[in-house]
Parts: sequence; C-alpha cells; structure tokens
Amino acid sequence: MERTQLISTMESILGPEGVIHEREQLRTYECDGLMNYRVIPDLVVLPESAGQVQQIVRVCYEEGIPFVARGSGTGLSGGALPVESGILIVLARMRRILDVDIPNQRVTVEPGVVNLWVTQEVASEGYFYAPDPSSQLVSSIGGNFAENSGGVHCLKYGFTTNHVTGAEVVLPDGSVAHIGGGKAPDEPGYDLLGAFVGSEGTLGIATKITLRIVRTPESVRTLIAAFEDTEKAGGAVSGIIGSGCVPAGIEMMDSLTLEAVEEAVHPHYPECGALLLVELDGPEAEVENQFEQVIKICEENGSSEIRVAKDDAERALFWKGRKAAFGAMGRIANDYYVQDGVIPRTELPAVLKKISDLSAEYGLRVANVFHAGDGNLHPLVLYDNNNEGEAERAEELAGEIIRACLEHGGSLTGEHGIGEDKKKYMPDMFTADDLNVMQLLRCAFDPHHLCNPGKVFPTPRLCAERPGPFRVHPLQEAGLAEMF
Amino acid sequence: MQTANVSLEDLQGIVGEEHAREAAPEDAVDGATPSFVAEPGSVEEIAGLLKLASGAGLAVAPRGGGTKMHLGNPPRNLDLIVSTARMNGVLEHAAPDQVLRVQAGIGLEGLQERLSASNQMLAIDPPERGATVGGVVATNASGPLRLRYGTIRDLIIGITVVLPDGTVAKAGGKVVKNVAGYDLGKLFTGSLGTLGIIAEANFRLHPIPEVAKTVVVELESQQGAAEAAQAIMHSQIVPSAVELRWGPSGKRLAVLVESIPGGIGAKAETAAFLLKPFGEVHTEDGRAEILRLPEAGENETIVKITAPPAELAGVLESVSRAAERRGLEVRMWGHAASGVTFAGLSGGGVEALADFVGEMREIRARRGGSVTLQRASVELKRRAGAWGYGGDALGLMRRVKEKFDPSGTMNPGRFVGGI
Ligand SMILES: Cc1cc2nc3c(=O)[nH]c(=O)nc-3n(C[C@H](O)[C@H](O)[C@H](O)COP(=O)(O)OP(=O)(O)OC[C@H]3O[C@@H](n4cnc5c(N)ncnc54)[C@H](O)[C@@H]3O)c2cc1C
Repeated sequence: MERTQLISTMESILGPEGVIHEREQLRTYECDGLMNYRVIPDLVVLPESAGQVQQIVRVCYEEGIPFVARGSGTGLSGGALPVESGILIVLARMRRILDVDIPNQRVTVEPGVVNLWVTQEVASEGYFYAPDPSSQLVSSIGGNFAENSGGVHCLKYGFTTNHVTGAEVVLPDGSVAHIGGGKAPDEPGYDLLGAFVGSEGTLGIATKITLRIVRTPESVRTLIAAFEDTEKAGGAVSGIIGSGCVPAGIEMMDSLTLEAVEEAVHPHYPECGALLLVELDGPEAEVENQFEQVIKICEENGSSEIRVAKDDAERALFWKGRKAAFGAMGRIANDYYVQDGVIPRTELPAVLKKISDLSAEYGLRVANVFHAGDGNLHPLVLYDNNNEGEAERAEELAGEIIRACLEHGGSLTGEHGIGEDKKKYMPDMFTADDLNVMQLLRCAFDPHHLCNPGKVFPTPRLCAERPGPFRVHPLQEAGLAEMF
Repeated sequence: MQTANVSLEDLQGIVGEEHAREAAPEDAVDGATPSFVAEPGSVEEIAGLLKLASGAGLAVAPRGGGTKMHLGNPPRNLDLIVSTARMNGVLEHAAPDQVLRVQAGIGLEGLQERLSASNQMLAIDPPERGATVGGVVATNASGPLRLRYGTIRDLIIGITVVLPDGTVAKAGGKVVKNVAGYDLGKLFTGSLGTLGIIAEANFRLHPIPEVAKTVVVELESQQGAAEAAQAIMHSQIVPSAVELRWGPSGKRLAVLVESIPGGIGAKAETAAFLLKPFGEVHTEDGRAEILRLPEAGENETIVKITAPPAELAGVLESVSRAAERRGLEVRMWGHAASGVTFAGLSGGGVEALADFVGEMREIRARRGGSVTLQRASVELKRRAGAWGYGGDALGLMRRVKEKFDPSGTMNPGRFVGGI
C-alpha cells in the first residue's frame, strides 16, 4: 500500500486528528526513555478504542506492515522504539478507568491509564495498586503490563504479573482474545496471561487490563540507616531478610548517588558511604515489633545513624531522594546509562567489588542505587558524550557489569526489559535452544513477525508457516533471519 | 510387547534395564492402559525418551506422584508413561537468598520438611498427599494459603522443560526478580503435561511464620457466609487463608492468621470481632484441623466452581438448589476469599450430574468464572467435558500446542478443547 493511501485508510478509521504523518511531528516519537536509539516511524496512530486498535492491526496484518505499541514512552530498554517503515500505535488516548469493583478487589482499565491513577481512584476506599515503578506518575498500565514492571514495594507485594488477572488483547492478526479469568481465578486452559505479561509488546496489544487492588496497610513505618560502606549496609539487608521479616521495601544508595541526590533535592540524608531506606507495613502490632527488630539489626551491623520518619511528611522526604536518584545524576555528570542487572542477594558484596574494579579500569564513575531486598541493581554509568569515545566506553562498561551479574547467577534485567538495548546479551544468559523455544510462543501469536519485530531476541526466527497474506517475510528478504 | 515400532528394549536402552517396564493395570489412566512405563534419571534421558516417542508416534503421559492423573478428559491415546519418580533431588537451596531449585519429581511433603530446617517453605499447600512439585506445577494445584501467597505461578521463577522433539530449554532463572525473555514457567504452569515435560523448576521461598491462630465462625446462612468472607477480605489483618466448610457436618468459615508472637493476638482478636455478627466464634492456636481440605469420598464427584469472590452466596445457593432438584447430595468447601468453591456430589447418576454441571456452566458463562470436573467418572467426563472452557482464546491455545508439540505426543485429548 502506498503511504498516502495508508494515511487515508488510517484517517478513515481514526479521523484526521488520530493520525500523525508530518516528519517534524513524527520526531516526537522517535525514541522512548532510552534515548540512545532513535527511529522515525512511518506513521503514528492514536486510537481511542479497542475497536479502532483492532481495525488498525487488521490493516497492518493484511498489508504486512510492522507495528509497535507505545504507552507513555518511558521504557528504558527501547521497547517502544519504532521500526522503520512501520506504524507506531500510541495508546495514550485510551485512558478510561472502565470498572471499579471493590467487593471483588478489581479495577479494569484501558491501557493508557497512568499507573498512579489506579491508586488515586481507590485510595478513599482503603485500597491501592501495589506495583509502583518510580515512573508511576507517567508510565501507563499497558506499558507496565508489557514490561512486567516492578517497583520499590514489589519485594513484599510482587510484580505486575502478580497483580494482573485478565486482559483483552488484540492479536497480531487483528483478532481479539480475552485471557485470564479477570474477577474469577483459575481459568481453564493455558496461562496465556502469564506468558503475555512481560512479553514487551511482541505478542499483541492489550486494550483492557484487569488489576488486583490491595487493601491499604494499617500501619507504615519507614527509616533510613547510615553505614560506612555498601558492604556493611548489605550485611544489614541480609540480617533483616534472614530474620524472617519481609519488608515492604529496602533500598540502598551509595555515596556517589547520595552526593547527587543531595544536590538535586536536598533530602538532608546523613553523610555516609551507604544509606539504607527500609519500610515495613502491615497490621500495627506486627509492624511495631518487626520495626524494633530492624533497628536492632541495623545497629548490630554498624549503622552510624538511624532516623525514623516521624510523620508522612518526613517519610515522603526519605523517599524523595531515592525516587529522584536517576534524574539527579544530571547534577554530577553530563550523561548516564542505567543498568538493570539482578543478582542473588548474597552476591552483593562480590558484585559491588567487581563494579568498583571495573569503574577504575574504565576510568568512569559508577553510582549505585538498588532494590537491595530483591538484588536488583541499578548501576548508573556516568559519562560525557562530549568526550570522544566515552559513550562507547560507558556502554562497554555497562556490558561488563551485566556479565558480572550473570556470572554470579543473576539476570540481565529485573524490570526494564530486554527491548532493543539488551537483546545482544541474551545469548550470554540463554542457550540457542532456550531462545528458540521462547520464540515458539511468538510463532503461535505472531507468525509473521509484525508485532514489535526485532525486539527481545537477537536473532529472529521465522516460523514454519505459510507466508502471510502479503509476501515473503521482509526479514528473510533482507537476509536477517533464518527459517525456523 | 511392542507399540508401533518401539519395544521395551528401546526404552531400556535409554533409561537402563531396571527403569523401563511393561505397564501394569494400575498404570491405566481413565481406562486407557499404556504399554510401557519409563523412569528417566536425568534431563538427557527424558529428552531421549521423548525424541523416540514423538518420532514413533507414541502418545506420552508424564506422571509425577500420580495423585492427579484423573484430571482432565480421558486420554485420546496412551502408549508410554514417563514417570519423574527418579528425578527427585534438590539441586540447590540457597537459604539466605530464599531460592530453591529442584528436580520435578521431588515430593512436596518431604521437601517442605527439609526446608523447614531453615525456617522456610514453598508457600503452596495442595491437599493431595504424595504430590510431586512437577505435578503441582503441571496441574496448578493450590490450597488455602493461595490467598496470601498466590498460586504456584506466583512462586515459580525458573523452569527447565523438555519438548517432545527432545529439545531441552530453560526460561527464567534463580533470582526472584527477572524479566529477561518470555515467562515459559507460567506457560507450563497448569498445562497438564500437554506441551512437554517439566524437568526442573526454581522457586522463591518464604519464611515460615512464627505463630498462627485459626478463628472459626459457625455460620447461620449463605448470606452470612458471604458477608463474613467479605468482612475479612476488606479488613487490614492480612489473613493467610479464608476457608469455607459447608455441609451436613457443619457450616463454618475459618480464618487463618499468621504473624510473630507480638502481632498474632491483635490479628486474631480483630478477626473474631469481625466474624461475631455472623455466628458463634471460637479461636484455636495454630493451623486448625478444619483448614485441612476434605478428601473425596468413594464415588463422590468433585466439581470446582470459580466465581468472583463477592458472589459466594449466589454460588452456594445455586449449587444447593441445582443439586436438590436432581436429588444429589452435596457438600461444599473452598477458598472463600479467592473465589474457589468445590462441590462434592453423590447419590446420582451420570445424567443428573451432567445436568448439574451444565446448569452451573450456564450461570458462570453469564457471570464470570468456570466449572471444571476435578474428580469424576470417565463417563461423566465424556458427557460433560472436564473443562468447559467457553472463552475466545481457544484458537490461540491450539496454536501454542501446535508449536510446542506438533506431533501431538503429549497427553493428547486431555486438555481444554480436546488439546
Ligand atoms: C525515571 C524512570 C523511572 C523508572 N522506574 C522504573 C521502576 O521503578 N520500575 C520499572 O519496572 N520500570 C521503571 N521505569 C521504566 C518504565 O517506566 C516502565 O518500563 C514502564 O512500564 C513503561 O511504561 P510506558 O507506558 O512508558 O511504556 P512504553 O515505554 O511506551 O512501552 C514499553 C513497552 O510496552 C509495550 N506496550 C506499551 N503499551 C502496550 C500495550 N497496551 N499492549 C502491549 N504492549 C504495550 C511497548 O511496545 C514497549 O515494548 C522507569 C523509567 C523512567 C524513565
């Protein structure tokens, strides 16, 4: 189909205001939260209903046009990076909360609904939506669903996948399927919902999502504890987890991070080599008892100063520094690259040592912020793009860090996803057979590789399938993929 | 003996002479008698068996503890049972990381005992004695604790599977937080052995709560049961289980609360206070007997009904009435705050039972939920179908099956829509 014809077809579905085709406007969508990769899409469409999404995808399917879904574009692995000669389907106009069912503890939303809105919707009834990525003011439920996003409270409450109970999805052939029981559990059949969550927009487009909401805890207690170094702080983390307590959150920041956040948002943290932020929540008597225990464990591990939040205002201040950590790097460096490796908690000292050695070797500073309870590290590699070759060195260093995580039994990514950015490391974590078998799932959903093609897997495998209604697969034509 | 073109010797060549045998009558599954039973001792041996079987067109049923072989439709074919009995080891228990890696054939009870030495548990409590971890994953079995910890899909963090063509693949890993690649662990959870054999699985563990109390209310009405469950669901006591027992021997709701010694009293008192309006309340220390799920009686048909939890009264009422109309005796139990109710039916023929199931499915199709046969005669399963899946994702499920098991080797016919 000619581009002009495609534009008019899309306009007939969406109206002129739902189609963006001017180059300057298209540029707004050339990247997501990871700005290292940029591709200008052929067309951007802004559907307002599931029916429109379905019609768009049908056209794509019939014409063999690749498409990429985009929520709020805050992803940090290039998942919503457009594909050349493809359509970007932006779901930001589908932002209605469709159903609030307190007796069954469920909320059903359209995919463009912003994460925080869900909690705001049900807060007065004593409920909240537990997965809380730091981007929750902006990121969409559709994006969270596709990335299986985590948050600071996920150690205790679980990740997005544990809080999504049903979805309506438009499949890459334009058909619609409802997966997961929604309000009733244990739907018979394969757990397609479980497979879909975290599939990074490669299996279809979610147009409705049913979420589990959780009763607000009776009591919340938060403290910060200062330590001489990350090793001592890490000892306290192990002590707390080992005591049988499951904190709502344990976050750690190292001295470089503390320096940056102090400049940026002035949380007035104690001066130290590593800071722990610990939050407990639950029934009051339980929390009070465990909180005493946590304080004791911090002291035993050599904490030089412990501050307990007196009220909500102080609690918010404690968190403010942590939540501003990524952005604050701008205060101490021109550019930074966020890594998202995971390690078994007990490997923390060894991996931090390795990171500091690597940092010295590459002559680049690395600030460390992490979800310490679940071993999810966010090393921030600082660099200056103005210095010749430094961006490449930074990326190489980040790659070494991720390999260190794998060597210690961990994972490439805890919450940001593989997307475009980390697919080249997938063979370091998985065998060719592992990756091929995962792609069988893809072949069942999207045999013609139209839905967010080229993401997640380093080598796309074509499915043993009759060629689509269109023609030879473009990847095959370009010699980029082998027949599976 | 020979099936198609596979002989016992072929199987013994893979697993060793003493680990493959001709099948005995007790190996039959829903009336289908296999030719052979093989017990592989390694992932490679599983791969060897499946490669041979799929190449020769055999139908394979994986078997763990054998406690749930009756689940699903009667097999379309059955030639070979691949038992995971010998693959029963702990590969790694990283206690400080609260992570476990096991072979699929390990027994759940023994495993729990072993983990308890480190004050940890795999937070799943299905009722069957003798279940293996692989079987629990394959059938998505659960128990009362699902309210607090979720089902096995929420605990599994990594998996190693063997596909019918012998390909060995893993997904996930041994860290609790991990979004690298597709989540095949969840895809295989509840897949009833129709996609391949689960060889190994990794889980996150939980600390065993220090103390527990069970608060029980004697219920007076169906409405009371529903309201009592709602009162607990919407409280802040974070209950670990809310269990209903509804039958001739009593009508009760039992709430399990768990905590540390300093926290348990307040939780139990709040639970008792909330339950008081619905009947007489008493509190027991620990995980009381009532929380144990009833065992199926002889000739008892067990139907699992899932529904939005707030519809509990409606479920109880519709089941009672539908059973009564057909002269069936019924008792019910279930995970009241999770929307799962089991109906144990006796005293009726296939006709009446199939009618009952049909009526329940009609209601659930309108109001959300499902009605599946958990324990039923082959005849009833043939009449009513074990699953009753009425959703619009069946085509997609079939495509998944075709991709993973193009030769139709694995448990043919047992799953939804005849998969
Ligand atoms: C400052 C900052 C802090 C962050 N903190 C966290 C954090 O704490 N935890 C965390 O997990 N992440 C975090 N992120 C990453 C990011 O916010 C999450 O990945 C988020 O879920 C992305 O949502 P989005 O709406 O922006 O999705 P997008 O970036 O628009 O898209 C992400 C992926 O989802 C797909 N997608 C979007 N909508 C749909 C849909 N409806 N159906 C199917 N696929 C869809 C896209 O194709 C793409 O692959 C952070 C990002 C930033 C910038």
